[in-house]
Formats: sequence, C-alpha cells, structure tokens
Amino acid sequence: MTCTVRARGLRFGYPGGPPVLDGLDLEVAHGERVAVLGPNGAGKTTLMLHLNGLLRGSGELEVAGLPVEPRTLPALRARVGLVFQDPDDQLFMPTVEEDVAFGPLNAGLDHAEVDARVRWALATVRMGATAERAPHQLSMGERRRVAVATVLATRPELLVLDEPSANLDPRARRELLEVLAGLDGTLLVVTHDLPFAAQLCERSVVLAGGRIAADGATAELLADPGLLARHDLELPAGFDPARVEQVAA
Amino acid sequence: MPRVHALEATGTAGDPAGPVHRLDPRAKVCGLLAVTLVAVSAPLSAWPVLAGCAATLAVVAVVARVPAATVARRASVVLPLVLLAAVSVPFVRHGGETWAVGPLEVSEAGLALFGAAACKAVIGTVSAVLLGATTGFPATLRALRALRVPGLLVLIAGFTFRYAFVIAAEVRRMRTSLAARGYRPRTALQAASLGRVATALFLRAHARGERVYVAMLARGWRGAMPARAPLAFGRADALFLGLVAGVPLVLRIGEVAA
Repeated sequence: MTCTVRARGLRFGYPGGPPVLDGLDLEVAHGERVAVLGPNGAGKTTLMLHLNGLLRGSGELEVAGLPVEPRTLPALRARVGLVFQDPDDQLFMPTVEEDVAFGPLNAGLDHAEVDARVRWALATVRMGATAERAPHQLSMGERRRVAVATVLATRPELLVLDEPSANLDPRARRELLEVLAGLDGTLLVVTHDLPFAAQLCERSVVLAGGRIAADGATAELLADPGLLARHDLELPAGFDPARVEQVAA
Repeated sequence: MPRVHALEATGTAGDPAGPVHRLDPRAKVCGLLAVTLVAVSAPLSAWPVLAGCAATLAVVAVVARVPAATVARRASVVLPLVLLAAVSVPFVRHGGETWAVGPLEVSEAGLALFGAAACKAVIGTVSAVLLGATTGFPATLRALRALRVPGLLVLIAGFTFRYAFVIAAEVRRMRTSLAARGYRPRTALQAASLGRVATALFLRAHARGERVYVAMLARGWRGAMPARAPLAFGRADALFLGLVAGVPLVLRIGEVAA
C-alpha cells in the first residue's frame, strides 16, 4: 500500500511554548478520506501546516511521495492543497478567476492549461458562473466552494481542509459535502463537526496531546461515548452514528 | 443600519457590453490619463483646452452609456475634498477688481484661478470616475501591470481593493456590536472606546495579513505575482486612445503654438 502521508515521531512546538505535536505517527493511504478530530488546541491546524511545509518540526514526514524539506517545497505545494478555515484568508485576489489561477500559474503551467484548469475547478465546485466576480460579492458557502476550487486547480494528490463546515447554513453545508464527496484523491478533513466527518470520511483519527489517540472507522469511533467524552468531542443531541449514510460520490 | 461609505459606489456602470467597456484596459488608462495631464498642465487662460477635455469626457460617457447621475454621485465622493484645498484662493490672491464679502475681500484674479483649478479638478476626477465605470478594478490592475508599473505597487493596490471590503465589514460589525450594547458617546472621554475599536481593528488586520501570507505560500507563492495571458491591443483600442488623448493634445499644442 502506498502512502500519501507518512509521519513518524513528528514533534513541533511554537517558540516558548509546550510541544504541540509530541511524537505523532500517522499513515494515510492513497484515496483515503480521513477526518482529523480533536478539541481546540489539540494541534490539528499545526499538523495541517506541516503537510505542505509551512511549519517544520523534527521527526520523519513524507507527503505525496516527497520528504518535506526546503528543496521539495515548490513541488510539494503543487501536490498538497490546503483549504483554510476563513475563505477571506484564502481568496486574496480581486476576482474569483484570478484567485483560482494563482496556484497553477505559480506551478509554471502555460496560459491555455491554466485557463482550462480554472474552468474545470470552478465547474467541479459548481461555481462556473462566478469567475468574473469579486470574492466579497459571494456568500460564505460560495466562498468556501471557491476556496476549494483554488486548490483543486493544481490537481493536488492530497487535499486538506480546515473546518470546512464552519459558519455554513445547512444547505451550503450539504452542497459542500456533495462537492467534496465527488472528488477523487486523498482527503484529510480537520473538523469539530462530527456528523460532517461521519458523512464524508470512512476513517477518523483523534488528535490529543500532540499524538494520535484513536484511529479507526468513523462510525465505530463516534459510537464510543467514553472515547468522545475523554477528548471533549460531542455529538449533536439525537444523532445516531450507526444510522449515518456516507454521501455518495 | 449605519450608512456605510463610498465603497458601495465602486464597480463598473453603464452598458457592460458597450464599445468602451470592451476595450483593452490599457487604452482607457492611457487615454483618460492623457486627458487629465493635458487639463492639469494647461495655463489658466486656456479655456478652449479645458472645454475640449470636458467635451471628450462627455463623449466617452455618452458612448459608454454611463448616466450623468452616476458620474456626479461618484465624483461627489472626492470632489469636495479636492475643492476644499482651493476654496481660500479667491480671498488671499490679489489682482483685478475686488468685491467685499462680509469682512473678506474677493479678487477677480483669485476667482479666475479658483475657477480654473476647479475645472481641472472636475476633469481629473471625472476621468478617474469614467475609468472606474468602464473598467473593472481587476482589469485596471492588469493594465497597470502590463504598462510596467512596479509590481509591488500593483500588488498593494490589489490587496487594498480586496481587503477594504473585508475590513469595512468588520468595522460594520464592531459598530453594530457597540450600538447593540447601548454605546452612545456624549462626551469626548466616552469616545475613547473608539480608539480601542481602532486598535482592535488594526490588530485583526495585522493577524489577517499573516494568515493571507501563509495561504499564499501554501499555493506556491515565491515572491512575484505570476503573469496571466498578455492583453491584446487592437484597432478599436488604438482608435479610442488616438481620439481620447489626441483631441485634447492637439488643442493644447495649438494653444502653445498660438
């Protein structure tokens, strides 16, 4: 089995603070959809920033077939797409189209290929009609989908999303879920939204104290009240993980 | 809701499929800049040149179908500030006949100077308004980049445009939250909270800057804005530039020769 993410003993701490990642081991296979669950401060976002070399800790880390080190960063950043929590951070160009083109242009693709990628990525997230618009003219749900398109355009092997369902109304949340379920490739979803994880990801890992505290089928992890309570995770009232159907691609 | 600001008055206006809107943005940037430069450089007595500039702008507005009310509304955002700088001129400059206005004296030469300065300010402002109404901000940035304006300046202009809306929305939310908790300053001392709001806004904007930079790095940013496909400058663009820049220029040259 080939791995998209292979971390061995990954350690990282911000200057002057305790370790945030404390010997983390994680393997994610090609094509898997994995939810990274955990309370605030567990190191979820820190782990995400390691995956395309924005932070570098000690230990071994290999992502999308590349060791994470300075010389591999340009290639790594084309292969790993990060979607940040606040779309206003992700969408920094004056128009949607220019924003989606930003990654492919940085990867050195020619103009015809960039245009084709932009059209394809926007169509994939069902936002083709908004190419000429400015990000501030879009709703939160639309901005979130365009943010996904901005990284899809580089055809990443690994897509990492930070709290993708935050601040979305139920309909925007469902539309995003359908878009994500339809994507090929490996998906890592950092989230507090346990039903979202259950509907999208067959596998979940729980991050606590800078390590993987639990790893297994999402339905099984969510059915373990003791595990959830130990890690400050809570299901919405009345939610039954055994009855969740995964969203079809 | 609190009344917002001039940001709402941005974006194109008029007929988006019209002949002026579809032109290469470089033709419009250069043409309208030329009108402004000719007007600003004209001597005070050169009324035909100023009239030529104004007529050129009027033709552009009509062809682009930008309504006069839109032009007036957008120009009114900046014109008062510009005119404020010149309003004292009739009172302090001497020459020609003088009239008493209360305790002050107004001179003929001063009034003429103010009139000319006001005309130049109106022409410059309306040029910019017409550029904004016929050319989207992103297209204008592309034109500036293609015209070899330093990349860093264009980048800063782009971020300012993008994040002005985000920061304006934050200001709106903060004002609403102040009002919701009964904040109605009656004395200067109570208004000190506004200082703290400004501080909070600055810190938030700074933190956002950091996050945006990380997001740029994550998508392969290496210090220079990647170039899009080059713009195409066609015959219609050359014709527009020739007419819009040419008419005022010819008048100005004729004025110099005379």
